[in-house]
Amino acid sequence: MTIRYQWLLLASVLAVSGCSSLGVKPWERDILARDDMLMDADAFDLAFDEHIYFSKEASSGGQGFAGGGCGCN
Amino acid sequence: MQLKRKKIAGLLSVATCSLLCTPVQADKGEWDIDAAVLYYAEDDGRVEAIEPVISARKDLGDEESLSMKLVIDSLTGSSPNGAVPSTQVQTFIKPSGDGTYEVAPNETPLDPSFKDTRVAYSMNWEKPYDRNNRRNYGFNISKEYDFTSISANALWQHDTNQKNTTYSYGFNFEFDNIEPVGDVPDPLTSMYDQEKGDSSDTRNVIDLLFGVTQVIDRTSLFQVNLTLSEADGYMTDPYKIVSLVDGVSGEPVDQLYENRPDSRSRQGLYGKYRKTLGNDDIFTASYRYMTDDWGIDSNTFDFTYRFKFGNGYYLQPRLRLYDQTAADFYTYFLVDGDPLPSDVSADYRLGEMEATTVGIKFGREVDRQHSWSVRLEQYEQTGESSPSEAVGQLRNQDLYPDVTATIVQLSYAFIF
Repeated sequence: MTIRYQWLLLASVLAVSGCSSLGVKPWERDILARDDMLMDADAFDLAFDEHIYFSKEASSGGQGFAGGGCGCN
Repeated sequence: MQLKRKKIAGLLSVATCSLLCTPVQADKGEWDIDAAVLYYAEDDGRVEAIEPVISARKDLGDEESLSMKLVIDSLTGSSPNGAVPSTQVQTFIKPSGDGTYEVAPNETPLDPSFKDTRVAYSMNWEKPYDRNNRRNYGFNISKEYDFTSISANALWQHDTNQKNTTYSYGFNFEFDNIEPVGDVPDPLTSMYDQEKGDSSDTRNVIDLLFGVTQVIDRTSLFQVNLTLSEADGYMTDPYKIVSLVDGVSGEPVDQLYENRPDSRSRQGLYGKYRKTLGNDDIFTASYRYMTDDWGIDSNTFDFTYRFKFGNGYYLQPRLRLYDQTAADFYTYFLVDGDPLPSDVSADYRLGEMEATTVGIKFGREVDRQHSWSVRLEQYEQTGESSPSEAVGQLRNQDLYPDVTATIVQLSYAFIF
């Protein structure tokens, strides 16, 4: 396993562990429930960005599945 | 009596939460419509694109929804063909093989025949499985005159820890059919010989996603995604060439069609943090690390800060920073007489580069029914324009011209 794969594995293990002490009670979600606090808020911005940077840079994706690929030049 | 009051207060807080904790989206039977148009223009007469998009989401009740999206993408302008500049006028064959175009001395060779219209349609169906599990199925199809892409995906989301932690498991399959204008060129053959093979070729892409979204406290949360992608098939750009230059003068002696590996394996780690501050402003930061077996490693940082004013108005500056290493098979040019590599590309997008996006977004959440926004951004991409391997006249040429693009987006959303 190369160093880069070990790095990815370590980061993902850290991401799924130690989360249980975080969080809020159901009645404390007023702010988190707002549209602009959703992780996929501004979906069009994200989709346009994905298309632009897919066509101009060698890396793409990460946040989700872009879908509807293109043969962009 | 005191106990009864406390109970009532508790019930009220739960009732209030049931109203507040659901994102402001369409109610059952209502349609949530989003429309936007993107204008993208690169300097120096390069690519220009106009991209209108409309999406409709119908709430089917019980957290079930169906959404559709239609994108039309119209591109015109010139795109670098991969060749190096020369002190002489250069003549290139058009991708169709029918006719030529000329490039002036000391100019970056651009293919002026770049024109395309893309239509993409996608559907998404989201339905809860039970109280803590949701499933989401998607289908996408996009068509250009020389490219067709079909993909389907499934995403399973599992809530735990009083819905403070959500695990996401996703799978995506994509099938692409490439039908280049003038057929598929034989790799590493001279552009002037026009040796072409099949009229089309294909590739498959499989993506896997594993994600965690975690609520930190009442005002902040973060998300981490791990993505794996395997692509197999035709990955070459059929319109890109690589210059074969004289080892002393640096003048091109031939132009060869590029060739890329027929597989690509990518891994990515993505993290995003979002927090509402005391004055209701929102700070968002994200980072993405991508690595692949083509030798490309990239880092992307993205920051936004949403200043909120009265009456639903907001202003949101943005800074995006990107850098990537070059693909192992990327080169500026090939030297005549040297052995030809099996894989080679001079496509600037596979070279070492840095890019910065600076922008601002202004918008208003008018009420529950309406919102609009305007986004204005500038994108700048820079690479090594005077590489040490340049020979002869190439030492005086710009071998990696900067790309500067302006991005304008208008968006409008309403519910009916």
